[in-house]
Amino acid sequence: MSFNFNFNLNETKKAIKLTNEDVIDLLVIGGGPAGLNAALYAKRKGLTTGIIAKRIGGQLLNTSSVDNYLGISQVSGEELSEKYLSHLKELDVGILEEVEVENIHKSDRLFEVLLKDGTVFTSKTLLIATGSSPRKLQVRGEEEYSNRGVAYCAICDAPLFKGKNVIIAGGGNSAVEAAIDVAKFASHVTLVHRSELRADQILIDHMNHQANITIHLQTQILEIIGDDKMTGVKVLDKQTLLERVIDADGIFIEIGNLPSNHLIKNLVSLNERGEVIVDEKNMTSLPGLFAAGDVTQMPYKQIVIAVADGAKAALAANEYMNQNF
Amino acid sequence: MQKMLNEEIQKQLRQVFSEMKEDVTMVLFTEEGECYSCAETMGLLEEVEELSDKIHLKKFDLNKDVEEAKKYNIEMTPSFVLLNSKGEYEGVKFNGIPAGHEINSFIPALIEMSGVKQEVPADFEARVAKIDKPVNIKVFVTLSCPHCPGAVQKAHVLAMLNKNIEGEMIEAQTFHDLSNRFNVSGVPKIVINDKIELVGNQPIEEFLAQIEAL
Repeated sequence: MSFNFNFNLNETKKAIKLTNEDVIDLLVIGGGPAGLNAALYAKRKGLTTGIIAKRIGGQLLNTSSVDNYLGISQVSGEELSEKYLSHLKELDVGILEEVEVENIHKSDRLFEVLLKDGTVFTSKTLLIATGSSPRKLQVRGEEEYSNRGVAYCAICDAPLFKGKNVIIAGGGNSAVEAAIDVAKFASHVTLVHRSELRADQILIDHMNHQANITIHLQTQILEIIGDDKMTGVKVLDKQTLLERVIDADGIFIEIGNLPSNHLIKNLVSLNERGEVIVDEKNMTSLPGLFAAGDVTQMPYKQIVIAVADGAKAALAANEYMNQNF
Repeated sequence: MQKMLNEEIQKQLRQVFSEMKEDVTMVLFTEEGECYSCAETMGLLEEVEELSDKIHLKKFDLNKDVEEAKKYNIEMTPSFVLLNSKGEYEGVKFNGIPAGHEINSFIPALIEMSGVKQEVPADFEARVAKIDKPVNIKVFVTLSCPHCPGAVQKAHVLAMLNKNIEGEMIEAQTFHDLSNRFNVSGVPKIVINDKIELVGNQPIEEFLAQIEAL
């Protein structure tokens, strides 16, 4: 047997810690591609900046392989995240990781960001780049069997389903990628989706080559069933309108994401999907408060788009600073 | 056998290890016969020992060196613990090979055990110091989980702050039966004193809050 090593120097050499001594020009909340690139651009423009994040990398860390980033033909999500972080460290961008924000408010012209531990940061402009979190199926049994069969991180948890039968719920890129990843361990993978596949053709072709993956389209998951542990799902075949049970030891839910808007949902305008509405320069309905990446109404949630969105937001924040401070 | 760590990683590790303050000893337990990844774990630790004068390795057999195994509550193989420069066990244990992403919990543990401590707020340290009953923190991981080393590191940091606390990484595939016993179907899964279960990487504050509530 052979083992690889994903050694990560950043884990041993921490970035400069962001402190709250001074008023910061652009404070970034969120450590995914949008937030990281915004801090990079802000720093290079000469603004004081810093990042507050639960975890640097964001959803990138759950991405086993990035294959459509111009100039880099293949890289793991984590490696890409490491490259981003190294770049920020070279520029001495302050980072505060593993912290959660309690609330945000604007008093007079400044933003105050209160952390759960009681620390307060003050900034002239603020960027929300909090991304999104996995959408749930919202069917009976999903909560009950959470972590007793129901899982949301395919690359993390696939090895736990070695030799087992696993269902993947969803039909987009992340679902098809999960099917391919899990099929390396599981004895059989069944992809279940309520409509048609909308993943990239290149991924679908790859999945079709895998002998141990079965695909059920136009099939809706009604319930996750089991005893102590999950034993299967009850589904509705939307063409025959017949219900049946598909036996499985586990299910990975890959049906898209919900915007993580909770910090500012009472401060700014949102669209019907809960995404933060921003103008073409990434400003929200509250002056000085910017948003970028998956948390916004920006269509097509892609890494490359989030990165670009972060850059745009930082440049716009710089412009706003010049006009208002 | 081919080297486990490639030259690039060796170079980086030499540089990282140059910051170690005191000596650290890795005490490894393997066994003869069927043992998933025992040979590889030994290979890895031997290679790591070669990368710094401050790192030492002692090797034991679980079935032959019963007294040694008892000292550190070793019941499975491969398992290893880290000892500080005085040869004391501070509760830092790894069960299964820390390969893949877990190299990122293994290396920081070596550095910290050598005396390069992570900055912890004074009031937090005082709260940890007050824990006066035995606490065991199991962190179940897979080697492909990027979020897992963070959880293992926190268990180890707590262990190093208080002699009553033990923090152990458990590679879920290697110890399949134990993982099943604790119904591990998502990682990291944190189990405190075999009864309190937390899923996902948690803030260190949450670890402590659960321990204080024991």
